[in-house]
Amino acid sequence: MKLNGSQILIETLLEQGTDTIFGYPGGAVLNIYDELYKYSDRMRHVLTAHEQGASHAADGYARATGKVGVCLATSGPGATNLVTGIATAYMDSIPMVAITGNVGTALIGRDSFQEVYIAGITMPITKHNFVVRKVEELADTVRLAFEIAMSGRPGPVLIDIPKDVTAAVCEFEHKPAVQPRPHPQIQHEQIKKMADMINASERPVIFFGGGVIISGASELLEQLIHRADIPACHAMMGIGALKCDDPLNMGMIGMHGWVSAGRAADKADLLIALGTRFSDRVATKMGDFATSAKIVQVDIDAAEVNKNIEVDHNVIGDARDVLEAVLPLVDHADHTPWKEQIATWKKRMDYCPKDDDSVIRPHQLMKKIDELLDDDDIVATDVGQHQMWAAQFTGRQKPRTFLSSGGLGTMGYGYGAAIGAQIACPNRKVVHITGDGSFHMNLQEMCTAVSYNLPVVTVVVNNSVLGMVRQWQTSFYGHRYSNTDPHRKTDFVKLAEAFGAKGMRCTTLAEFDAAMREALQTNGPVIIDAVVDKDERVLPFIPAGETINNVVID
Amino acid sequence: MEKYIISALVQNRSGVLARVSSLFGRRGFNIDSLTVSPTTDSAISRITIVVIGDEYTLGQVLKQMAKLEECIEVVHIEEDDAFCWELVLVKIRGDVNDREAVRELCNVYDADVVASSDETIIIRMDGTPSRIETFLSVISSFDIIESSRTGVTAVHKDKNNT
Repeated sequence: MKLNGSQILIETLLEQGTDTIFGYPGGAVLNIYDELYKYSDRMRHVLTAHEQGASHAADGYARATGKVGVCLATSGPGATNLVTGIATAYMDSIPMVAITGNVGTALIGRDSFQEVYIAGITMPITKHNFVVRKVEELADTVRLAFEIAMSGRPGPVLIDIPKDVTAAVCEFEHKPAVQPRPHPQIQHEQIKKMADMINASERPVIFFGGGVIISGASELLEQLIHRADIPACHAMMGIGALKCDDPLNMGMIGMHGWVSAGRAADKADLLIALGTRFSDRVATKMGDFATSAKIVQVDIDAAEVNKNIEVDHNVIGDARDVLEAVLPLVDHADHTPWKEQIATWKKRMDYCPKDDDSVIRPHQLMKKIDELLDDDDIVATDVGQHQMWAAQFTGRQKPRTFLSSGGLGTMGYGYGAAIGAQIACPNRKVVHITGDGSFHMNLQEMCTAVSYNLPVVTVVVNNSVLGMVRQWQTSFYGHRYSNTDPHRKTDFVKLAEAFGAKGMRCTTLAEFDAAMREALQTNGPVIIDAVVDKDERVLPFIPAGETINNVVID
Repeated sequence: MEKYIISALVQNRSGVLARVSSLFGRRGFNIDSLTVSPTTDSAISRITIVVIGDEYTLGQVLKQMAKLEECIEVVHIEEDDAFCWELVLVKIRGDVNDREAVRELCNVYDADVVASSDETIIIRMDGTPSRIETFLSVISSFDIIESSRTGVTAVHKDKNNT
């Protein structure tokens, strides 16, 4: 059949199983939007307030479901507004297809109105990108984009489509949905060596990251650690991959991780890294991480091996494939003395914030959210102190229930991501935990939540300052609070009401408890302004360039 | 710091060079020279890059380049296992009186005087990168106005290596 470019785009998206896209119209994508109007019974388009919100929503949709998230924007500023969202997805290996319109091919390169070379701009923040110059290439380009986005280590792919291509007509034939490329073949000798190292170890530690979630290896991870009795810790991206209350889960390590877990990694004789890349938030001092341990790295991306730290053995492959292969070779073991040692550290060294019900203390607020949510419910965060408190205390039990910008650390990520997750999972509760700093960056997406009547509960951990930077200024810049105390007078309750949402303010734990319960029962977006003291700090804290041995606990 | 020769086969598509140079820029890899040229297959180009760095850089360059969607193959070529060749044009200041001396020097290095005017002499020389370095240091006893090098191109000696 003969179809125009816009129809071909939508047909190939439908072919891949995409039924929801997040976007914003504009001149260069008018043809596409005209077809979206006609396809509205089969393709849901979610209009955001800003293209950045659309890109974060596509990301949140992908993180919550594992499917490829799709966003759409017009040329020029529409395209550049996607950039932060694309970079966020790239750093955290999130499968995304971003589609941008561009000026007509005859106008390209002439500095035409709303023209930008988005393929050039996004080259370093995409797995790959395309400029589609002929309508005949469009369908296969969309298919290839999906294949690339979800294969191996996932990531974003951008397709730039000039306006005339969206109007041009050509023959179109349906094809089955593309599949991810086969995983790398696992070498038996590498698996054997890994198993031997596990079996020989007396003080093993498993360190897992987002790769375990991407590959769906949670159950296998649980089996391995219990079979060989291995304490496990994780990067922030690994939250939810292993039940938070699993007795062998030591929790997060790194800059704001648990001291006992960090110490276990430091004193282990074997560290097995699963789908994690030893970022500088974990291996805080280059060349000085887990120095007592032999390190085994399992990653699907060979370029991650020996990139941030040198390892003793590596297995290139999908975490799930590797765990499946190694499990039968791993002996049942009992590491009681090692676990007792870690338990002692936990008792002696771990940060234990004091409760105070007369105010809202961040750890109590997070625990309250955890208490009121089911395991399947979703937490999305912004970036800063509230993000770390959420990572430490929301106790997520399942993969894909903690959505947070890890690698890029994108303030303003949370609301868009929460909207995307709520659209993807209408029957689950979605709580967006943010700070007053982060929320100010993209709070305009409140209008999206209102338009689509999404019951996203936003908790603004409001300390009235840019807390994370301020905390660094307290510790390292002699209390010189340069531009972190903005004296804003934003009334979040009135703001919520102005957008057509519900707003509540609370200053004690009891008030927060009541507000949260009410919010979770509300059929629509709610903003809870939770006031906390501006001197609350994220602890523990390993200063940049230091190790667990220099951790700050109070 | 060492110099390493990287040879890659890439799909001949618009933007492929930009992708490679973007990768080098982003990762902070230093390029000493870079050439792009057609191969016998019009759909495939060869990119030869001389990278300055250490073993870590070399490993990362190879692995990061291999991840580029349009990169078909990327290898490190050891100078001993390959023919590595480069061409240079040097324009020096010199008049009729200098020509004899220049010619003698050129003879030693298999270089040619390809053009001369009242004030300048242009020399062409090709050879291995190290021989070109030597030639340039010798010829620098003259006043070099400008020089232009093509960058290294290389083929493996072994028939099974591409």
